Amino acid sequence: MIESALRNIGRVAIFLLRLLRQTGVVFTEPRAVIHQIYNCGARSLVIIMLCGLFVGMVLGLQGFDLLQRFGSEDALGVAAALGLLKELGPVVTALLFAGRAGTALASEIGLMRATDQLTAMEMMAVDPLRKVIAPRFLGGIVAMPLLVAVFNVIGIFGAQLIGVQLMGVDTGAFWSQMQGAVELGDVNEGIVKSVCFGFACSLVAVYEGYHATPTAAGVGLATTRTVVISSVLTLLIDYILTAAFLGR
Amino acid sequence: MPDEDTPDRSRDAVVQVRGLHYRVDAREIFAGVDLEARRGRITAVMGPSGTGKTTLLRLITGQVAPDQGSVAVFGQEVAGLDTRGLYGLRRRMGMLFQNGALLTDLSVFENVAFPVREHARLPEPVLRQLVLTKLHAVGLRGAADLMPTQLSGGMARRVALARAIVMDPELLIYDEPFVGLDPVSMGVIVRLIRELNDALGITSIVVSHDVRELATISHHSYLLSGGKVVAEGTPAELAASPIAEVRQFMSGEADGPVPFHYPAGDYHAALLGKGQGRRP
Repeated sequence: MIESALRNIGRVAIFLLRLLRQTGVVFTEPRAVIHQIYNCGARSLVIIMLCGLFVGMVLGLQGFDLLQRFGSEDALGVAAALGLLKELGPVVTALLFAGRAGTALASEIGLMRATDQLTAMEMMAVDPLRKVIAPRFLGGIVAMPLLVAVFNVIGIFGAQLIGVQLMGVDTGAFWSQMQGAVELGDVNEGIVKSVCFGFACSLVAVYEGYHATPTAAGVGLATTRTVVISSVLTLLIDYILTAAFLGR
Repeated sequence: MPDEDTPDRSRDAVVQVRGLHYRVDAREIFAGVDLEARRGRITAVMGPSGTGKTTLLRLITGQVAPDQGSVAVFGQEVAGLDTRGLYGLRRRMGMLFQNGALLTDLSVFENVAFPVREHARLPEPVLRQLVLTKLHAVGLRGAADLMPTQLSGGMARRVALARAIVMDPELLIYDEPFVGLDPVSMGVIVRLIRELNDALGITSIVVSHDVRELATISHHSYLLSGGKVVAEGTPAELAASPIAEVRQFMSGEADGPVPFHYPAGDYHAALLGKGQGRRP
């Protein structure tokens, strides 16, 4: 059990090292990477914006209810902004990313494996890690922080929509308290988290797709594993990073 | 029928396999296989399904390494090469996959242009000329702008063939080129393999179990069975072979030395639920 787990970690580590050696593709084929940023990022925008709005609205409602009990509804802006920037934005985006972009990556790569396209590239002396995997991996890493930023903006708008427009929190207090209390460190925490999540989710997706059993069932399994492993990994990394940031 | 020995062709072996042993888990795929493909010849590797014909190609192209024995291509030991050496070797060979293995997100034109774009910096007009020439050679110049999903099986294989020859390889490997083709497409592929060999002098290895098609094009044939070469020679020699196993394969009889049934337990016992019905 432990032995097989260690072996798997070793396999992923070797795969990652081979992949990192191909990251020069950013310079040699920037168009391929940009295309993948579009593929992972722009194509996930609708779901990210929709979910960001709802999460923000729920935050507005719950936050208002909670803060009202202490008579400090004016702090709603701070609560919503910190909650989104530090925690909900990166985590929810990563979970959505795993479900939307991660599965698409894993099944696409898995199908390329199943239809011999990756082997054909190797036979043409073209490394599929450079041509196929590296641009997708890098595209995912770049796309994640961008998506998180969009998610946060829409989320704060949603919280404002409910808190200020519906529940009657003072507009000035909402924004000025937020401006006063949120520090650069809070924003940085969110950025660091989103980059780490992007790294983990993209790595899991391309690894699972690349190593999929070349059958219909194998590709299906790879997609499922991508979602499950990405989600668990995201929450685990989130805890570790949160602890690290608070420990400073 | 191509003659066995043409004096002006050099007799050196492009691919040389000696004492090859290979097993997957407990299953022995090859137990001492010797074969060679000579320069400028079409060498056929035949055998019933499941004898590891495709595995042999994977060994020749360095996708897997043999457990024992040697596989040498262009005089270089394949298993001893690092990635760079292996890729250098592969640039001198082309491979036609059973299903074509075209890159599905690229058009027919871009598929054929793919290896050129990767390995050579050609000006766009020259590249265009080169790709269209190769597509014309397989009769699909008019399909240049189609996507792979719009092609029939036979067309996809011809595009894959154009892609395999676009870098002018010295060695061309065909994995089951006739499987699942209608008679016309089959005839086209047979003609193309022959023409490529005649016109460009490409050394070819064709793995297949279509005895009749192979007989019309191959110079030398090997018959694999049970992990060994059971017979070799010109198509005529194989057809006249006295070995029962060879005759069964060449004439396509259902039962013989190669059993119709996969090894199983007693039939009656299995039907009555007494045994497992599997291997005894």
